[in-house]
Amino acid sequence: MPDFDTGKYAAYIWPSFAVSALFLAAMIADSLARARRWKREVEARTKDRP
Amino acid sequence: MFAFLANPDRFMAFSRRAAPGFGILAAVLIAAGLWFTFTAPEDYQQGDTVRIMFIHVPAAYLAMFSYVCLGVASFLSLIYRHAIADAAAKACAPLGAGFTALALITGSLWGKPMWGTWWVWDARLTSVLVLFLFWLGYIALRAAIDDETRAGRAAAILALVGLVNLPVVHFSVEWWNSLHQGVTVFAAKAENRLPPAYLIPMALMSLGYMALFGSLWLVRIRAEVWRRRAQVLALQAAGG
Repeated sequence: MPDFDTGKYAAYIWPSFAVSALFLAAMIADSLARARRWKREVEARTKDRP
Repeated sequence: MFAFLANPDRFMAFSRRAAPGFGILAAVLIAAGLWFTFTAPEDYQQGDTVRIMFIHVPAAYLAMFSYVCLGVASFLSLIYRHAIADAAAKACAPLGAGFTALALITGSLWGKPMWGTWWVWDARLTSVLVLFLFWLGYIALRAAIDDETRAGRAAAILALVGLVNLPVVHFSVEWWNSLHQGVTVFAAKAENRLPPAYLIPMALMSLGYMALFGSLWLVRIRAEVWRRRAQVLALQAAGG
C-alpha cells in the first residue's frame, strides 16, 4: 500500500508535488480553453457568412 | 508522416482522435506512476526525497524533448514553409517553458535538503536555466513582432540557435565536475543503474509526462489552426 508519511522531508516533498500538479493543471486548462475559444470563434464566423 | 500531417485538414482529422487518446494514456500512466512513487522504499541516502526524483526527472526529460520538437518544427517551418509546422513550433513553447520551470523548481526543492542549498551555479543547473531563458526568449520574440510570418521566421532561427544548448545540458555532468549526479537511468555500468523499485515509477511517470505533452501539443496546434482560420474569416468579412 502507498506510504504517504514523508517524515522530516515533508516540507520539500509535498510542495514539489503541489507545484507539479498546479503547473500540469494550468497547462491542461489553458490548452483546452484556448482550443474551445477559437473553435467557437470559427463556428460563429462560419455561421455568420452569407 | 510530416508530409501527411502538413495538410491542415488531415492534421485536424488525425489530432481529433489522437489528442484525447494521448490524454487517456497520460492519465493511466501518471496514476500508475504515482502509485509506485509512494510504494517505493526510501533511498538509503536520500530518504523520502527520492520521491521528488519521480516528478523532477520526467520534467527534465520533457524540457529537453519538447525543445527537440521545437527545433524540428522550426526547421520544417523555415525550410518548407509549412503552416502547420509554424503552428506546432508556436504551440510547443508554453508547454516546454512549463516543463523546464517544473524541472528547475522541483530540482531546487530536492537540492535544499540534499545539498543544503536551493541553487548552485553548477554546469547542469545553469545550462537548464539557459534552456528556460531560450523558451522565454522564443515566446517574447514571437509576441514582439506584429507580422506573424516575420515573427515565426525570427523565432525559428532563435529556436535553432538554442539547439546548441541541448548537448551542453545532457553532457554537462560528464564534461565538468558537477554537484549534480551523473547518468543513472541509462548508465553503461550495471552497478550505476537504478534498481527496478525506482526505475518503474521513473519510467511510468516519464512516459506519462510524454503522453501528456503529446496530447496538449496537439490540442494547442488545433487551437492555433482555428485561430488562424478565424483571422482569415474576419478579414474576409471585413473585406466583403
